[in-house]
Amino acid sequence: MPSSVVRSTFDRSVPVWITTAVTLVLLMILPLGWLAWVSVSSEQGTTFANYVQVFGDPHLQKALWNTIVLAFWVGAASLAVGVPMAWLTGRTDLPGKRLIRALIMASFVTPPFLGAFAWVMLAGPNAGLLNKVYRGLTASDEPLMNIFTMSGLVFVVTLYSFPYVYIMIVNTLELIASDLEEAGAILGASRLRVALTITLPLALPAIISGFILAVLQALALFGSPAILALPAGFHTITTQIWTFFQYPPKVEQAAAFSIPLLLATALLLQLQKRLLGRRGYAGVGGKTGARRPIPLGRWRWAALAGVFAVLACTIVLPYAILAKAAFAKAWAQPLSWDNLTLANFTFTFFEYSATRDAIINTLELGIVTATVGAVMAALLAYVTNRRLVPGHQALGFLAVAPVVIPGVVLAVGLFIAYTRPPLVLYGTLAILFVAYLTKELPVGYAQADTTFKGVHPELEEAGRILGAGRLRVLREITAPLARSGIIATWCFVFIGVIRELSASIILFTPATKVISVVIFDLKEEGQFAAISVLGLFMLAMTFGIVLLMQTALGRDFLGAKD
Amino acid sequence: MKRSRSASSSSSARKRLAPLVLLALVLAAGGASAQDARVAEARREGKVVWHTALALDSAQRLATRFEQTYGVKVEVHRSGSERILQRVMQELAAGIKNADVVNTSDTGHYVLLRRKNLLARYTPAGAERFADGFRDPDGYAWGWRAFPIVVPYNTRHVAGADVPHTWKDLLEPKWKNRLVMSHPGYAGSVVTQIIALEKLYGWDFWAQLAKNRVMLVQSIHDPGRTVLSGERAAGVNGADYGLLYTERRRPGTTLAAAYPRDGVPLIFSPTAIMSFAPHPSAARLFTDFIFTREIQQLLADGEGLYVAHPDVTYPADRPKLSELKVLVVDPDEIDRRTEDVKKRFVELFGA
Repeated sequence: MPSSVVRSTFDRSVPVWITTAVTLVLLMILPLGWLAWVSVSSEQGTTFANYVQVFGDPHLQKALWNTIVLAFWVGAASLAVGVPMAWLTGRTDLPGKRLIRALIMASFVTPPFLGAFAWVMLAGPNAGLLNKVYRGLTASDEPLMNIFTMSGLVFVVTLYSFPYVYIMIVNTLELIASDLEEAGAILGASRLRVALTITLPLALPAIISGFILAVLQALALFGSPAILALPAGFHTITTQIWTFFQYPPKVEQAAAFSIPLLLATALLLQLQKRLLGRRGYAGVGGKTGARRPIPLGRWRWAALAGVFAVLACTIVLPYAILAKAAFAKAWAQPLSWDNLTLANFTFTFFEYSATRDAIINTLELGIVTATVGAVMAALLAYVTNRRLVPGHQALGFLAVAPVVIPGVVLAVGLFIAYTRPPLVLYGTLAILFVAYLTKELPVGYAQADTTFKGVHPELEEAGRILGAGRLRVLREITAPLARSGIIATWCFVFIGVIRELSASIILFTPATKVISVVIFDLKEEGQFAAISVLGLFMLAMTFGIVLLMQTALGRDFLGAKD
Repeated sequence: MKRSRSASSSSSARKRLAPLVLLALVLAAGGASAQDARVAEARREGKVVWHTALALDSAQRLATRFEQTYGVKVEVHRSGSERILQRVMQELAAGIKNADVVNTSDTGHYVLLRRKNLLARYTPAGAERFADGFRDPDGYAWGWRAFPIVVPYNTRHVAGADVPHTWKDLLEPKWKNRLVMSHPGYAGSVVTQIIALEKLYGWDFWAQLAKNRVMLVQSIHDPGRTVLSGERAAGVNGADYGLLYTERRRPGTTLAAAYPRDGVPLIFSPTAIMSFAPHPSAARLFTDFIFTREIQQLLADGEGLYVAHPDVTYPADRPKLSELKVLVVDPDEIDRRTEDVKKRFVELFGA
């Protein structure tokens, strides 16, 4: 009966679309609309004066230029690190690949601001541990590296951005059939020549796309430039936007200064989409035949040393210095018996009253956002994958659309939208929830989408044929199959929320601080020991909860690839 | 014997005095019960929300003490003075009325807050005897504590003739890449310092100083920490209390402080109750508490602060305020110039 089919489709799609529309308005259109409106408004009415003012100011122009320089070099350096590492772990007989992948995942979980902070202790030009060691060894007056410079900033941001390039390329390399490479080798090309003339061109779309991801990462970052650039006397767009909120606040200028960041992000993502969509994977077939790892021969151990040198910079050294500072009375002094103390822990957890509230707020936000986000992402992915409503493609697009909004920009928009009636969310955890949900939805959706692509509809259809309703099929067939994927979605969103700083720093109020904001507050005060304690606690908490989720509800997710 | 005799002989006098004694007792009891009622009221309100620029550890200690004394919780929000103003005003703009008591090291703030009718008038107990400079003739913002801005340096890197004696010494090229300073966008005391030295030497002083590539940190307590860690040799500023005071007392420390001869900026840090305070009784109880001799003595002994209470005695190793050449800037002038000062600073120092 065609008429009943039509009606049931109609019934289903209406609530879905209404919910989506409302959510979308609240999460994106309202904040971005306000952002655009405020950027062209003044007391005298509509104006471009704010734009003229911000882009005519030489100091702000400099911040703009610094951001471009930072983003470009981070992109380039991330390629320089990420491409060889991806090739080595994806294509060669490099030993210890599992460990390497695990460590790269760990650098994903590390909040970039914590890494930047650790690097202050490692490579501050005078008190930094590495510089002290270097001076001791060489009797030089000059530091090995000065972290409070643009190159220092590029270095640190790269350490936490190259994993994006790495993941992108490793995944592509897995898709490239090795017979093409073998053909090249048979025809007498050297290993290097094969890599450069066959593998590289095939992976080029992924490489450029990885470059763009790293650039976007660097554009949107707030914590690292705030920790490393401000002491050196320079701004980036994000730190500058944050400064606009100093009293008396210049929200109009903050809005005007946010727009180019938004446009740049949208433009770059569009570019990436076209690259991947049109040229992407041309010549890349399925996994044909067995893949033989390329023997590295005598370069094997040298390559391994190189990889571990990178990982030492992202993981080993930063955590070591954080641990040292957490247990030391004076972080810059050697760790001797009389420099050891537990007082930093007592202070952070029992004396500093902001800690407890922040931990509770963070946990609450993390769990609620991850749960709502995972459910939303799963429903959206399910609806789009099974084509349950007309216009499902648009739904998918809308779910990933927020990815173009950098955290700071989103925060400025949310700040403007929700500090005025009818919906005053500022001052509550709700505004942070909205920010986190918007920011994390694209990641969550991408993960859930992959999950449902992997669950074959035949099984559901079999259930339907045997007489089960759609809900029952969903509950008894789809849900169990998709479970571990949904848990992974939950974990991704949770991790994203816990380490969020760039939106939180604008949206928090004294009563709604989260851990990342408390860490930033402590940084401004120079409380190195308390930051280290709280930073380590934050990581332990993240890992603890992620593990708990996995053992309670499903199986591994970070190791799922192996 | 003498006592019993006088007691018996004055029995009639006692009778005559009885109403007076009774009155005194009633008054005393009334006083006590008034205090009890205040405490009860404060407890009913539950807590006091305190924004303070006092060094974090000190603020936390003080809050704990208040909680132990009265059983009323103190929600401590420690940040830099300018950040505090930003947060309170930002909340207010969104209609959020959370702040009870505000203490910043920027006297200009209280001019601004009063102009906007955001302060409640309250005279803490014993205010009539407060030391000069701590009183507020209008009765809104009372000087709670004060500290000089000095030059912290590391004795391992700076010694003998290199120790700066005047602010202008810091302009010498030998200080290039060796100085650290706190930022006026964060620390209110730095706004005062910039104006004070600008009045002595003009903006040229700050322009020259910027050429020495000074490392910028946020809190006024951070230059001391940075110098102690060895990251920089000396600081362009540092609050001479808290870490800078306690660490210098520790035997074997490498942290020292110079008091420039051309004058040390003296920073007054007033406290005020907000007009919209959601916990007004607790706020008043707290204000009286932080002005008691006990607490003020604690600030002087433990933190090295100068305070309002006239009966407080200072540790022997503290210079007397009357012996220091201090630079004080008028609150109205700070209020008027603060935005311009911050803008110029960013132009000179880059961030």
